[in-house]
Order: sequence, then structure tokens, then C-alpha cells
Amino acid sequence: MAEVEETLKRIQSQNGVQGIIIVNTEGIPIKTTLDNASTVQYAGLIHQLVMKARSTVRDIDPQNDLTFLRVRSKKNEIMIAPDKDYFLIVIQNPSD
Amino acid sequence: MEIVHVYTRLRGEFGRQCLFSDRPAELLVDVPPDPRLAQDFIQKNPRDQALQACRDMSEHQVNTERFESDSCGINHVEGGWPKDINPQEMEQTIRYRKKVEKDESYVNSLLTLGSVMEHCIRQNNAVDIYQEYFEDEDEVEESPEPPSAKTINVFRDPNEVKRTVSCLSWHPDGGKLAAAYSCLQFQRSSRDMSLDSYIWDIENPNRPELTLKPASPLVCLEYNPKDSHTLVGGAYNGQIAYWDTRRGSQPVETSSVEQSHRDPVYKIIWLQSKTGTDVFSASTDGQVLWWDVRRLSEPTERLVLDLSREGNLDRALGAVSLEFESTMPTKFLVGTEQGVVVSCNRKAKTPAEKIVCSYDGHHGPVYALQRNPFFPKNFLTVGDWTARIWSEDIRDSAIMWTKYQTSYLMDACWSPVRPSVFFTVKMDGVLDVWDILFKQNDPTLSLKVCDEALYSLRLQDNGRLVACGSQQGGATLLEISSGLSTLQKNDKSLLAAMFERETKREKVLEARQREIRLKERSRSEQSREGEPGREDADHGPDQLIAKAQEDFYVVTEMERPTCLKVGSLLVAVPREISIIPNLAETESVGICKEIT
Repeated sequence: MAEVEETLKRIQSQNGVQGIIIVNTEGIPIKTTLDNASTVQYAGLIHQLVMKARSTVRDIDPQNDLTFLRVRSKKNEIMIAPDKDYFLIVIQNPSD
Repeated sequence: MEIVHVYTRLRGEFGRQCLFSDRPAELLVDVPPDPRLAQDFIQKNPRDQALQACRDMSEHQVNTERFESDSCGINHVEGGWPKDINPQEMEQTIRYRKKVEKDESYVNSLLTLGSVMEHCIRQNNAVDIYQEYFEDEDEVEESPEPPSAKTINVFRDPNEVKRTVSCLSWHPDGGKLAAAYSCLQFQRSSRDMSLDSYIWDIENPNRPELTLKPASPLVCLEYNPKDSHTLVGGAYNGQIAYWDTRRGSQPVETSSVEQSHRDPVYKIIWLQSKTGTDVFSASTDGQVLWWDVRRLSEPTERLVLDLSREGNLDRALGAVSLEFESTMPTKFLVGTEQGVVVSCNRKAKTPAEKIVCSYDGHHGPVYALQRNPFFPKNFLTVGDWTARIWSEDIRDSAIMWTKYQTSYLMDACWSPVRPSVFFTVKMDGVLDVWDILFKQNDPTLSLKVCDEALYSLRLQDNGRLVACGSQQGGATLLEISSGLSTLQKNDKSLLAAMFERETKREKVLEARQREIRLKERSRSEQSREGEPGREDADHGPDQLIAKAQEDFYVVTEMERPTCLKVGSLLVAVPREISIIPNLAETESVGICKEIT
């Protein structure tokens, strides 16, 4: 329990990190550093995106699987680390 | 010739049972071979014949029926909470979350995810992977891509009875398109034809954004360039109506029937004025009326397009197009049904002086008229089967023109970004893009937009989007490739040089014409003294033409080494010659123009 907190704190302290969201497979945000409205929006949208990306990777090669997804946009970068039951979403402003 | 077998039967035998009987084979026709016929043919031996043993294939196109799709989104607000937990209740959700956090798999997976994530974050912070290394280098000249245009959207008339899109107008900011629908064919409009015109949002072709409900179908429609919420439209019955999009579909005000035009209003344009509420309209009843939209009960000014300058309505020319340029606020041009373009001055002292001069050039109605936005002294007209470019100073003929096309040209406009590019639409559904700096004989790009005739055309101010309206009520939105919609470095100067050159050529021809006419007149005066009653016109037109042709060929043969081949000019020269009775007097008939 404490290690989880420590990990999250470490991530939060990195340069440019704007927010962290942990979502489970049903789309329920477990832990978040953003406000509720944004969290819910991110959780819903990114969930679908990860599902699609994962199915794409597996369609091309069934033995393959999605390990990480980065969505880089003009304003920031959304990084998603998917797992069997949970996703870790971090929004960072890249250094420039 | 139909192959027919006549079967006759006696009336008394109708209904009688058919009795069939066998009979032996009978020779009906016997055509013996006639060896004499073989002499008409030459025997060919050996012969090459190609054969292919394969299945016969045929090509067939299939298109599914078009279905209407509507996009709508579902907003899922909160995630899939289990049934017993109410997402609004803070306590329950917190309790659930706490339970999940205690789960061991949660802890494990999060630790691994955390380390992966940290790696990527650090990566981000270390290097900017999108850094531009060679920004300062000059951009390499891209090889010019062939000009193209892409259809983006089609806005179809949602009514059952389809009407023609008679006019299109872009919203000043460019996101919306107003289209005026009416049936322009004489007495062809049916009783259940809808009177509405629509404003479309270009992102949504399924449904018009706003419906405008006039009392009579609108023939032309214009957004106010200063105030993007107001529109003014001219109707089929001659009235002018004024809309404010914030106030709904009904016109805010409509002009009174007695004071309006008596024929459909073909063109209406907003004027530059301090109040920003002036418009003027033109119609085939021969009048040009000025209105103030705040008070549409009667026009503020009236002009009758009578070329004899008497203000006689019976002899007025019907106006079909109008042109107004904000840089020249007192002058305007009117294109008429008779093929004459009339230049008028609004601020003339007497009504007679209002009509300054006329340019006679087309065989049919001048459907479109527009000044070049970069060179206001030159304007483009479209009518009959050609598009012509005129210079204000030369009255007799256009300075440049396209060759006669296969179908009637209905509308044209200049590109607002490139001075040498203009667009035309034709009755066979083709949109032509002409670039006169590139090619003058043919359009640079010719696109078949739809199967029915295209009636109207309008370019958006950025020069990339063009909307054209068809007879069946479909307005097609196209995007033009960047080659045709970005200003090149030398465009303006090259075009200025071209216009000047053409103008000079016409001036020279005009001067020559005048000279010849003068000489003719003086000679005919002399000959009249000698032989009373005999005139050169006695020769008869056919003989004149034959003689002119002969002389023409002689002269061109003589001048061949010095004269460059000129495309459209050769068409023009015989025209001049046929008026000149005695060709032997003319010297350099082939006035050469340089080809760029």
C-alpha cells in the first residue's frame, strides 16, 4: 500500500507531469490527481482507445500484446500503461 | 422492315378446334452457291486469328443505396460502477475505492506499471524527440503537383421537388453557405414546390442549419460582408427581403410589391456605405434599384437601363448580373440579357449621364460579371459559350476570350487569391478552372461535378473552397489543390504585363479599324462623285468574303516567316477582314502577340 503511494508520489514529482489517473477495466477511476470531471472524461475516452489499440496489435500478430501507448498532442502527451486489470494514465507536458 | 407473319383465319372458323396433322418436310427456299460472287472477294491465305480460351468476363458496377447517416455521440458520464453502488454517493464510492486499493493484484500491477511509466517520463524529459534540426535551411521548391480538386461535401435539397440552386453566398467568416433555391425555368415550378432557401453549415450536409422562408422563391441571396448575421435576398416575384439570422426564418422585412421589380431579381449586392445597410438589385425588367434595408417600402433610387438614355422602360435592357467593387464605389457594371455590359456611374448629375458606356460582346445573356480583384480595370464576363476578359478602356471587344465551349457557360468568378485564375461552370455539369498565365486555350483543370447542369458558383475568400450549385438542388463543395490557391511570386506582374499587352493589341486594332473606315468613307465619297449610285456594298457579301479570304491567305503566306502562330488571334482577324471591303489596302493583317 505504501509502495503504491510512494511510486505515485515519485511520478508526480517528475518534471512536467500534470496529472495521474488509475482506472480499472470497468472504467472506474480508482485514484486520480485531477478533478472529477476531467478524470471521468479521460477514463472513458482512454479506455476505448486502449481497447482499440490492443485489439489492433493482437490482430496483426496474435502473440503480440500492447505494452505502452503514447498519445502526443500539440499541448501535452498522454502516456498509458495498460495491464490486465488496471491502466495507469499520466499526462505530461514534454520538456521544451 | 419488320419481320412479320400474318396469320389469317376465317371468322367462321374462330373457336374451332385445331386439328394438327403431320406432313412431310417441304423445301421452302433453296439458295444454291453462286461461284460468281466469290470473285468479289480476294482469298487471303494464311490468316492470323487470335483466340483465347478463357471465360468471358464482364465489368459491372454496383453501388449500394445511399442511406442517411446521422452522427451522434453518447456521453457516458461515470464508469461502470457495480449495481449496488450509487455513483453520486461519495461515501459508497470512497468505500469501493478503498477496497480496490487493498487488493493485492492492484498493488503488484501498479508497481510494474509505475516503473514502466517512470522510464517513459524520464525519456520525455531527457530528449525532445520532435526537435527541428534544420529549420533555417531554405525550403526546397516543391515540384508542382498537377492541379486537382477534391469534393468535400454535397448539400442536397431536402425537398421532394428539386429546385435549382440559383445563387450561393458564403458567410464572411467562411463556415456557412447560404443557398438560394428557385425554379428558373419558365412556368415549370409546380404547386407543391417548396419556397424555402437554406443556410448550410459546411460540416453538416445532412440538415440545413437554418431555413429561410420568403414569400416567393429566392433567386439571389447575399450575406452582408460587414454584419455576418444579416442577409438580403431577391425573390422570383421581384421583391427584396431582409433576414436576420438571429431572428429566425421569416424575413424581418420585405419590400412592397408595387415598388419592387416586376421580374425576378437576378442579382443583389451590398454596397459600401457608412450605415452598412445599402443594397442595390438588378432584374430583367430593366431597372436597377437602390434600397436601404431599414426601410424596404420603397427604393431610394432607380435607374432604367435604357441605352438611348431616355429612361424608357420599354426599351430598357433586362439586367441579369451586377458588379460592384468597393474600391470604385461610384461605378458599377450591369450585364444584360441582350449580351451588352453597361457601365454606369451612380453619382452622375443627370439620369441620362448615369449610363456611361456599353460593351457589346456576347451573343446571349451575360450571366456572370466580375472585376478582377487585383486588377479592377479588367473584368470577366460569361455568356453564350465563351468567357471574356475586358479592359475598361476598350469598348469594342474583349481583350481576351476563351474559345467557344461545347456547352453554355452559366457562371464564373475570379479566384480571390490568385489574380490569373478564374472558375467557370457549364451546363453539362463541368467546373473549369482557367489559369491564363499557364494555358490560355484550355482550362487548366476540368472537373465533372455532376450530371445535371451547374447554375451557380462561389469561391470562399480564402480561395481554397469552391461551392457550385446544380439544377437538381445539389450544392457541391470542393477543395482546390494548393497550386491553384496560393499566390506565386511573379503572378501579379506577369498578369499585369499580359493585360497591358492585350489591351494594347486591341487598341491598335481599334485604331486601324478607324483608319480604314475613314479611308473607306473618303473613297466612297469620291467614287460617288464619279459614278452616282454605285457603292462598294454592291459587291454582295459572298463575293466580299471570298475575296477577303483570298487576300488573307496571300498576306499570311507572305508574312509567314515573321509571324508566330497565334491561337485565338487567327479567329479574330477574319472577323475584322469581313468588314473591310478592300483588303489590298491593309498592310500587316496578322498582328502578332507574344506567347508566354
